[in-house]
Amino acid sequence: MLQKSDQESEMASKEPEMMTGAEMVLRALADQGVEHLFGYPGGAVLPIYDEIFQQDKVRHILVRHEQGATHAAEGYARSTGKPGVVLVTSGPGATNAVTGLTDALMDSIPIVVISGQVPTHLIGNDAFQECDTVGITRPCTKHNYLVRSVNDLARVLHEAFYVAMHGRPGPVVVDIPKDVQFATGPYVGPSNIKHKTYKPRIKGDPRAIEAAVDVLSTARRPVIYSGGGVINSGPEASRLLREFVKLSGYPITSTLMGLGAFPASDEHWLGMLGMHGTYEANLAMHDCDAMLCVGARFDDRITGRTDAFSPGSKKIHIDIDASSINKNIRVDIPIIGDCANVLGDIIAAWKKRKVKPDAEAMGHWWSQIQAWRQRDCLKYRRNDDVIMPQFAIERLYAATRGKDVYITTEVGQHQMWAAQFYRFEEPNRWMTSGGLGTMGYGLPSSIGVQVAHPESLVIDIAGDASVLMTMQEMSTAVQYRLPIKIFILNNQYMGMVRQWQQLLHGNRVSESYVESQPDFVKLAEAYGCFGMRCDKPAELDTAIAEMINVKAPVLFDCRVANLANCFPMIPSGKAHNEMLLGEDVSEEEVEGAIGAAGKVLV
Amino acid sequence: MNDQPASAYFLQTTRAPVESHTLSIVVDNEPGVLARVIGLFSGRGYNIESLTVSETEHEAHVSRITIVTSGTAMVLEQIRAQLERLVPVHSVADLTVIGNAIERELALIKVAGEGEHRVEALRLADAFRARVVDASNKSFVFELTGKTRKVDQFITLMQPLGLIEVVRTGIAAISRGPEAVKV
Repeated sequence: MLQKSDQESEMASKEPEMMTGAEMVLRALADQGVEHLFGYPGGAVLPIYDEIFQQDKVRHILVRHEQGATHAAEGYARSTGKPGVVLVTSGPGATNAVTGLTDALMDSIPIVVISGQVPTHLIGNDAFQECDTVGITRPCTKHNYLVRSVNDLARVLHEAFYVAMHGRPGPVVVDIPKDVQFATGPYVGPSNIKHKTYKPRIKGDPRAIEAAVDVLSTARRPVIYSGGGVINSGPEASRLLREFVKLSGYPITSTLMGLGAFPASDEHWLGMLGMHGTYEANLAMHDCDAMLCVGARFDDRITGRTDAFSPGSKKIHIDIDASSINKNIRVDIPIIGDCANVLGDIIAAWKKRKVKPDAEAMGHWWSQIQAWRQRDCLKYRRNDDVIMPQFAIERLYAATRGKDVYITTEVGQHQMWAAQFYRFEEPNRWMTSGGLGTMGYGLPSSIGVQVAHPESLVIDIAGDASVLMTMQEMSTAVQYRLPIKIFILNNQYMGMVRQWQQLLHGNRVSESYVESQPDFVKLAEAYGCFGMRCDKPAELDTAIAEMINVKAPVLFDCRVANLANCFPMIPSGKAHNEMLLGEDVSEEEVEGAIGAAGKVLV
Repeated sequence: MNDQPASAYFLQTTRAPVESHTLSIVVDNEPGVLARVIGLFSGRGYNIESLTVSETEHEAHVSRITIVTSGTAMVLEQIRAQLERLVPVHSVADLTVIGNAIERELALIKVAGEGEHRVEALRLADAFRARVVDASNKSFVFELTGKTRKVDQFITLMQPLGLIEVVRTGIAAISRGPEAVKV
């Protein structure tokens, strides 16, 4: 025995282990600590699938469409902080992954997609199932690789994980021709991989941090605006964000992607900001005199009219990606670095200076915020006969509050209602497609989340149109006994499309009504999972309780008021302080909300 | 009053002045690196006025891309930040900001003509220090190196003298003084 292990260590120190490319893939995944792999086999990845068959370190989850694999990997990554891994074949396998790659790029989610490619001597020949994968995925990945030699494969695989996880996270593609999978070469471990050019900056410039503390400590109307970067940075960033809010007593709002970094139950929480954000959050952003943006990117859904965005404030922007600085909004103090690191430095400087914010000014500011809160911008007309979609989410929240729960969504009205009415206390509990707005994201994403957290309650708050885009993944959920709950707010419309048609296009509801829907209950049964329907507000609580208790995947067809719209809303071409509020929006206000110039905008 | 860029919410024409800048980009010489740089420019709607690329350090597998681009100050700052975000990019230097960089390009210019025109073309070429690299009874090919404006001027002068074809390399640029732009 002793002799053998001596031999092994000698081998490791002197000669690298030789193995085939396909073996290397599995070995590299295991060495990177990957436990789950979402994929779909095909001709160009058969050697890798053969290796999967012969090992048990990495568990493969067979999806029904490659797009599903990418979103599942995103859900996995978002809910764990670890990279999601995908394996697809060449040609259509790779092109089907493009939507998920773009989604991950826009929302900065670390995923590594390994794709098969036709053998190197056939590349460029229009071979069967060939496509220019690195060409197609170049603009929708953080980085990508075509591995032409087995000698580079191990290094490239480890580098791919390094690039996906470091700096601003994002998707990375490794395209491996079939002959490279068969070829034998030396394996190198992850320990000695160091990227020669990619070294993101973690620590913020101390002078900028001092300047930021100058502005923040003397602010009379401060606001903190946090984003998905806080969640990407890890749990420490959320903890420091909480600490800073407690220390300063400043109000805080967050983007869609940042929900959960700060607890919604805290008194300093203003709710989400932006196009469908709360009145108090948007007004606070508009009227503040100092803004601390942490890991957000001044997206157009947040800013509204850029020329009227928070006109009187000094803006501080913490971002690990220098290209996010001054892209949409010119800021006064940019700080390039990791959120947690910079927040830690700000807190240290704050404590060192023993900052005491102006109590009188803060009193005025909070009473102003209180006045905005009294507008109760999220109120809606209750109804005893039909389920209001907002009510459905309120009840879902009430039933799952305090539980170990993860929420994913599709894209549209239901997504905004979920963001408004579901209250998140912890980071990594909220998975949604923010930047790209991918309908069909939620269902496969919930599969990824459930794979990572088998004991937790995972709910996809879905829309009836979105959920059909990736419905086939129910079959995956059934195969792996993943008890995901698909809570469909069914209004028979592409609700957000219709809302815009009502606002912008003279109420001509063009092609946004779904005339023929499947019977979701029967569909659930056909997939071998559990289907249920509810259309009465009085029965909703019981139905939700049943859904939670079922130990199987559930399709819940929640019939909601068909014509409800999502408010509050900042219409196109308007500023933060020109919001449309919910209940009291008159027909005329809606008609006049968006001028001719606003119609051409998105 | 408004120096913010255009948004999806609000159509506005930017009135900020457009400047032309020369960027010197050091990249890993790996397949697809040029496509990444060019794709970034086309995908984000930036201008390329001139582009040159060649391997400069064979041992280190490093190439240098020189791009002349134009935009408002905010766009130029974005271009630089976006380039630096590309994984195989080592460094990006804005030579226009560093100031007073040496910028040169090379042009090959074919002029055909007889008699007076031919003599005049030769005389001008001499004045511009252009070299004759090919000659026939009816034509010359001139090689000219210099600043863009000098090349432009020479081409304009050749126009009435029988200008046939022009090939230009685009700008290669380097900073003055003893220091290298960092790799």
